[in-house]
Amino acid sequence: MTDWLLRQVRPLGGDVVDIRIVGGVIAEIGPSLPEGDCSVYEGGSSLVALPGLVDLHTHLREPGREDAETVETGTRAAALGGYTAVHAMANTTPVADVAGVVEQVWRLGRDAGWCDVAPVGAVTVGLGGEHLAELGAMAESIARVRVFSDDGKCVSDPVLMRRALEYVKAFDGVIAQHAQDPRLTEGAQMNEGVVSARLGLAGWPAVAEEAIIARDCLLAAHVGSRLHVCHLSTAGSVEIIRAAKAKGWDVTAEVTPHHLVLTEDLAATYDPTYKVNPPLRTAADVEALRDALADGTIDVVATDHAPHPVEDKETDWTAAAFGMTGLETALGIVAETMVATGRLDWAGVADRMSIAAARIGRLADHGRPIAVGEPANLTLIDPDAAWTVDRAQLASRSTNTPYAGRSLPARVVATFLRGRPTVLDGKPA
Amino acid sequence: MKRHLLSATDLDRESATLVLDTAEEMARLGERSIKKLPTLRGRTVVNLFYEDSTRTRTSFELAAKRLSADVINFSAKGSSVSKGESLKDTALTLEAMGADAVVCRHSGSGAPHRLAQWVKGSVVNAGDGTHEHPTQALLDAFTMRRRLGRIEGLRVTIVGDILHSRVARSNVLLLDILGAHPTVVAPPTLLPVGIEAWPTEVSYDIDAVLPKSDVVMMLRVQNERMTASYFPNVREYSRRYGLDARRVAALPDDAIVMHPGPMNRGVEIAAEVADSARSTIVEQVANGVSVRMAVLYLLLGGSEPAIGSPAAGSTEGERP
Amino acid sequence: MSASVTPPTSPRATSAPEPPDGRSVLDPADVGRALTRIAHEILERTKGGDDLVLLGIPTRGVTIANRLAARIRAVEGLEVPVGSLDITMYRDDLRLRLPRALETTDVPGGVDHKLVVLVDDVLFTGRTVRAALDALSDLGRPRAVQLAVLVDRGHRELPIRADYVGKNLPTSRTQLVSVRLAEIDGSDAVVVGEAS
Repeated sequence: MTDWLLRQVRPLGGDVVDIRIVGGVIAEIGPSLPEGDCSVYEGGSSLVALPGLVDLHTHLREPGREDAETVETGTRAAALGGYTAVHAMANTTPVADVAGVVEQVWRLGRDAGWCDVAPVGAVTVGLGGEHLAELGAMAESIARVRVFSDDGKCVSDPVLMRRALEYVKAFDGVIAQHAQDPRLTEGAQMNEGVVSARLGLAGWPAVAEEAIIARDCLLAAHVGSRLHVCHLSTAGSVEIIRAAKAKGWDVTAEVTPHHLVLTEDLAATYDPTYKVNPPLRTAADVEALRDALADGTIDVVATDHAPHPVEDKETDWTAAAFGMTGLETALGIVAETMVATGRLDWAGVADRMSIAAARIGRLADHGRPIAVGEPANLTLIDPDAAWTVDRAQLASRSTNTPYAGRSLPARVVATFLRGRPTVLDGKPA
Repeated sequence: MKRHLLSATDLDRESATLVLDTAEEMARLGERSIKKLPTLRGRTVVNLFYEDSTRTRTSFELAAKRLSADVINFSAKGSSVSKGESLKDTALTLEAMGADAVVCRHSGSGAPHRLAQWVKGSVVNAGDGTHEHPTQALLDAFTMRRRLGRIEGLRVTIVGDILHSRVARSNVLLLDILGAHPTVVAPPTLLPVGIEAWPTEVSYDIDAVLPKSDVVMMLRVQNERMTASYFPNVREYSRRYGLDARRVAALPDDAIVMHPGPMNRGVEIAAEVADSARSTIVEQVANGVSVRMAVLYLLLGGSEPAIGSPAAGSTEGERP
Repeated sequence: MSASVTPPTSPRATSAPEPPDGRSVLDPADVGRALTRIAHEILERTKGGDDLVLLGIPTRGVTIANRLAARIRAVEGLEVPVGSLDITMYRDDLRLRLPRALETTDVPGGVDHKLVVLVDDVLFTGRTVRAALDALSDLGRPRAVQLAVLVDRGHRELPIRADYVGKNLPTSRTQLVSVRLAEIDGSDAVVVGEAS
């Protein structure tokens, strides 16, 4: 295995140092280290070194929808986005609700080698919301599943949700809830409000998200369980999470990059590129989400990378699929919305995009300090390299990015997975 | 420049008035023995109907034929559309056929907007989901102007399922553009969240509004709204929001009663009201042809359209 | 039945091209004499004006038709129906310009079995009259159709000629001829100018 010397990089945006990686582990950190037998990567004193990014919420689509994404294409996109680990959501075909499927996904990820793939197990059989899936078997499998989610669907039955929250305590698991009351959102197409009233698109009220979050927080507190809430999208949701944390309840929450920057007005184009679940909300919601991410009420940024083939988006809004891609643009959006605005420094970005996510997902090798003896999962970022998103240049098999043509202020130039570069000079290594 | 009629807001007061004035002349054609003009000879108008609507399709078809356009009816049922062909593929097919205009009815709000991004010809929205139905609003305005001699300043009350009504949306917008004063009346369940941004007054009480109405427009109420608990049952709806002879008596003397059809007699409108001298319901049908002729003429009759607006929301530049 | 039609007054309908350095070739008295003569000729050639209908082509053709009807009334005491025939939808140059606002078509009493005299201000290429003949045939079947114009400026592009001409006016093809009428323009005149 090649050893590496990363010359003149700034861990968490701090002082310029050299980092030596030997045998996949950080071996030495200091100013002006001797070259030795290492390959050298020149940071040029401007690159920021972060612990490899960790995504809690990725749709890799394999098995079943390989026309949209595969583990290979999705994890390569992840590496290019600076990720060294992703959690692969369970809504595949077949659903990842048994050990066999999560092990398949885990193996595909290991064989692809772009980043670690931590499969998420379904909470209920077939995402049907009726019977608990074999959560224990998935936890004990080689995939070591710790995050369980019916994402795409809400575990709306309160009894089932309570049981799931309780059951996963046995193996330190967590239920990641897609908070969407199904009855309040039947046929829903976009945020319910002034814009939906004008566009004649069925409304998706904020309360449909908030009511489930409130209920789940109360349930988690009652049974003493860990709860994670997926993709917060409203100011009201933020208030509920803030209150739950204030009470000391073991609740964590994520926000997607797109909910930090895009608003419901984009629906006026009727371009389903902007159709997403949960829907884009108002500018006030965006502001509240940024504040909450800054103050730690929201623990992590998770991409909800949701690739779809062209034909599922090049149709009318109501027929189109929900979702947008995000792995390759997440860091840039966070830099634009949080770093450039002074809400987070790079240490904060490391926490929200790596450390906290690894902690919630119980990934021992990820989200670690940049320190001697730690696994060399690292991401190097050029904080001043603006780039323009070009659909044709993205690695994901699907092109449903909402940012085509948008300029982002920072880019990932290198990613190291246990000391092995997966990305160098912004290209797959 | 390519132009479309996708929303009532594609018109300003001047162009909307031009449509109505043109429709006035078109209406005279209906009184002649030869009801045909050579104006759109050689132009192709495609009626692309994803929803059954014999009434609207026939109206557009007659309008196009009276202007000598070639008309192709492309209905979703029994065509490749029902076999899963995407809207975009259908659009490209119509494009290849040389459609100069596509008249689109679709159950999805915004579908004509998408279509307008993919076809070269003009797109006319013939009703999209719960969004808009601009030619219905134009024919309603035309009917009001013919009956009452003006539109500006008219107090127009629209009663019924505002939440799901594309007719209500387009009418409120167009009436505002033309200087009338719309009021929508419905049970609160059938008003959209966010209606406060519409240029209209809102009321839950039909009896309070009728004495101050020059026009009352009743909207069809569908039975599935009852099963979805928007209101308890038809009897209660009819009692609280239906237009019967007693309520008509509260209207000013020269007020008119409109309905875009099809009617539920005995639910939102009593039969005796629908058939009364105040009712314009049959005229609205005839006026529909005149207004649609005017729209087609103004979009297709010259070197470039005289009304409408460029496709809204054309997306990022990389799409051809 | 109305014997007189009010021409539309929208600015769009009345915008006649105004020659920049116009030279007046007919003054109000000339216009008046020409119309009186045409009125007399119509009466003579239609043998007293039985079944006569004057159909003006908007805008100024309608005004002239109204004046001719007034003169016939003064001479013979005969009420001749005057109508308006909009030819916009029959033009052969529709595709070359923006869609135009429509003018009124109103033919009191219809045209079947009538002797229709089409009335226009200027006869030039003949294309307007061709369109008017097409429009007329969609309205019914007149016994005969004749054409009266205040000015014939030549340069016909179709085999069409006028039966009644107020003034033959030799022009070059590029010149602009503008007829001004008191009802619309404040005073009567025929002006010739060079195109700018």
